[in-house]
Amino acid sequence: MKEKLISDGKRIDGRKAEEFRPIEMKLDIVSRANGSASFRFGNSVVVASVFGPRALTPRHLQKPDSCVLRCRYNMAPFSVDDRKNPGPDRRSKEISKVTRLALEPAIFLEEFPKATIDAYIEVLQADGSTRVTGINATSLALVDSGVPMKDLVTACSVGKIDDTLIVDLNGKEDNNSEADIAFAMMPSKDKITLLQMDGLLTKQEFLTAIKMAKSYCKKIYELQKKTLKEKYENVD
Amino acid sequence: MQEKYALELIEKGKRIDGRKFEEFRPIEIKPNVIKNSEGSADVRFGDTRVIAGVKLNIGTPYPDTPEEGMLRVGAEFSPLAAPEFESGPPGEDAIELARIVDRGIRESECIELKKLCLTPEEKVWCLFVDIHIINHQGNLLDCSALASLVALLNTKIPKLEDDKIIRNEFEKPLPVVFKPINITVGKISDKFLIDPRFEEENILESKLSIAIRDDDKICSVQKQEKMELSLEDIERMVDIALVKSKEIRKLVK
Repeated sequence: MKEKLISDGKRIDGRKAEEFRPIEMKLDIVSRANGSASFRFGNSVVVASVFGPRALTPRHLQKPDSCVLRCRYNMAPFSVDDRKNPGPDRRSKEISKVTRLALEPAIFLEEFPKATIDAYIEVLQADGSTRVTGINATSLALVDSGVPMKDLVTACSVGKIDDTLIVDLNGKEDNNSEADIAFAMMPSKDKITLLQMDGLLTKQEFLTAIKMAKSYCKKIYELQKKTLKEKYENVD
Repeated sequence: MQEKYALELIEKGKRIDGRKFEEFRPIEIKPNVIKNSEGSADVRFGDTRVIAGVKLNIGTPYPDTPEEGMLRVGAEFSPLAAPEFESGPPGEDAIELARIVDRGIRESECIELKKLCLTPEEKVWCLFVDIHIINHQGNLLDCSALASLVALLNTKIPKLEDDKIIRNEFEKPLPVVFKPINITVGKISDKFLIDPRFEEENILESKLSIAIRDDDKICSVQKQEKMELSLEDIERMVDIALVKSKEIRKLVK
């Protein structure tokens, strides 16, 4: 009855369990932003732009000893199968919050008291794992903006389907998985900044899945660094 | 001031109210406190107090689950409960809390949603769990998750006559088969603690909320607060939650 999502060791899109979809990153998407980037995991496409540090108004929101990071995760109405009503829903609000918390530890926010950094994340096309795609894009946009950072933040999703742990869930896998985890870390510091899980996993499976997410984040990290270096290598 | 004092104490291995790091405040559970709801609970962790109420209505199922009842969890941080709560639509924290409680219930498969179907694709029971904060003295999440669970365990499905709900007459209890328990473990100065009071919550570096089912399966996890965690931290926090979830589950009949 239920469609098998893995057969002969292959997933519905032909991938192996531990294979992610084609990744593509670009910088300088928004010309008047301080930093911007796009990130693609297969058919999930996200653009992020960063403005600031800039003055924070209203002033009562300012922090005397720190910059305030604000993140807005938003899905375009045409990004999903059934049109999504524009504007923030409960899911987007939660994702905006966890995105902010995933990125905050990597930024030297104390360098810019009373200011704000605004990060805007637009999902243009959704096929699963959009929040981690958004974090990868935003992390690139932050570096591109020149704000001092301790490390990049790199994110990926892992899940369990047909008793197999897989990386980078697509939309269909996301909807039918036994469990899925959204994960982000600062790879060179080896610290985890986003961890959300839902589904059913034993403790052992959970820890194995995190280890798997860590090793995949480190691969994505190399690609992110390469993208950033290329931009500056081509400067005369 | 209070926060600074709480931090100094924690660094000395003590807590502001004299508890051990892995000790709950006294937990008090009162089921069926609201007559007009189909199920309810009033739960306290020390001074923290949450009332959860369940209402059932008839609705159209989601297209992707045409033979299952629907579940929706909402939370209201009423301005009566704390000076920092403001009136208006639910903010980010209330939404996050409700969604974490929702995932704990949903992913644990504790409610047999298939048994809530009346006519496939047309009519199903919709379960609304509403969380009302009465007093915020820290650890709202674990208290809210427990209040929601107890409310569901005491929920009765109303009688139907010609597809009309007869309120206050009941057909059968809601089919609840597991008891997911949410445990939030906080980290500060390389120490781990549970059930933080408000003053402690404000100084925690990181929190991990973990929902655990009767068979020790983890059904939802959410990292909260600003600071990062290592894999070793997470393993330690999961271990604490596994032990502590059993302690709370014993209190739930």
